[in-house]
Amino acid sequence: MTKLTYIAHDGTRFEVEAENGSTVMENAIRNAVPGIEAECGGACACATCHVYVDDAWTALVGEPEAMEEDMLDFAYEVQPNSRLSCQIKVRDELDGLVVTVPERQG
Amino acid sequence: MSDITHTDVLIIGAGPIGLFAVFELGLFDMRCHLIDILDRPGGQCAELYPEKPIYDIPGYPVVGAQELVDKLLQQIAPFKPGFTFNRMVTALERLEGGGFRVTTDENEVFEAKVVVIAAGGGSFQPKRPPIPGIEAYEGSSVSYSVRCMEEFRGHDVVVVGGGDSALDWSLNLQPIARRVTLVHRRPEFRAAPDNVNKMHALQEAGALDLVIGQVSALSGEGGKLSSITVKGPESEVVVPCTRLLPFFGLTMKLGPVAEWGLHLHENQIPVDTEKFETSEPGIFAIGDINWYPGKLKLILSGFHEAALMAQAAKHVISPKERIVFQYTTSSTSLHKKLGVPD
Repeated sequence: MTKLTYIAHDGTRFEVEAENGSTVMENAIRNAVPGIEAECGGACACATCHVYVDDAWTALVGEPEAMEEDMLDFAYEVQPNSRLSCQIKVRDELDGLVVTVPERQG
Repeated sequence: MSDITHTDVLIIGAGPIGLFAVFELGLFDMRCHLIDILDRPGGQCAELYPEKPIYDIPGYPVVGAQELVDKLLQQIAPFKPGFTFNRMVTALERLEGGGFRVTTDENEVFEAKVVVIAAGGGSFQPKRPPIPGIEAYEGSSVSYSVRCMEEFRGHDVVVVGGGDSALDWSLNLQPIARRVTLVHRRPEFRAAPDNVNKMHALQEAGALDLVIGQVSALSGEGGKLSSITVKGPESEVVVPCTRLLPFFGLTMKLGPVAEWGLHLHENQIPVDTEKFETSEPGIFAIGDINWYPGKLKLILSGFHEAALMAQAAKHVISPKERIVFQYTTSSTSLHKKLGVPD
């Protein structure tokens, strides 16, 4: 199991154990992390699971692919560390990953 | 007011469940007309994830969402349903002599004996960007679509976005606006390359401005916008703006359904599980939009709901007729309706 931490907009921390192969979005929904809507259910089609990857983790998490980058156009307050959490797959190297949920989803 | 279109069953929503309802209703000789806010059939399958695979349609180990929609259209073709696209149903009223009147946002009027709400997550509507205070300018300086180009003549127009809508309207409004500024968060565009090239050509000729960044603030008075602030990678710029057109894609909202006097349960319509009828007799609700104990938002559940609803709808339309249960495999009368050669 891999440990993930979500920081909600109000600063509340949610620490969850995630299975490898699942997505960061799925674990947020499973653990009722507020602010992740995932309207499209994980199809990379809505930009409502937008998160900011903690600076210490951006290199390991990696850059969005072209399709995700396109979809990020629909998100708000996009930053260089913005990702759609449905496109981040949990794996061993991400143990300890920290992501912050923006104030509002698209 | 235009002519009234008459049909047996008016279906609100042309997603997979609305489409399959045509089949089940058609087997009982009920003619259907579907209205959808999108410009084509398929609902979420077509709009949100056309290329994604679905793995839980019985009999299909895997089927693409658009492929499923295409097959449903093929399946219901024998029943010749009517379609009205790009329209939102705004009003649903009961007629005194029985049946219902349905009105769209373009004032088209339909009369039907039965209404089926198969509206999924509600109607697709443009996303409103969370720029502080934007509500105050909506309907005057801020709009999410262009209904009449003349309203933009002589204005400082700012278009926000990087897709086809943003590029199309930047190019179309450029000749009549005082100035068009296109704002996009990055230099790459999703829109058709041809239009992106045209936009860059205008930019180079000094006939259009392109600003890379995100809109962070609006300023104006009395509902009239005068400028916007765009936060770029390094600096902020203020752009004169009297008409703002943000294009941030679509989201689903329940919309006018909430105003039709139906009981609601957290943005869903409660139904019974025998007929899938709402709190209003003669109005049914199937698919993602309904709610009952144990409800699952699955396409396959919606198909089942459509089959049971059709029996009840037949009873509403022809109360005296005995409903004979038949299989499509063997019934010669069903074969005739489906156009199967004997």
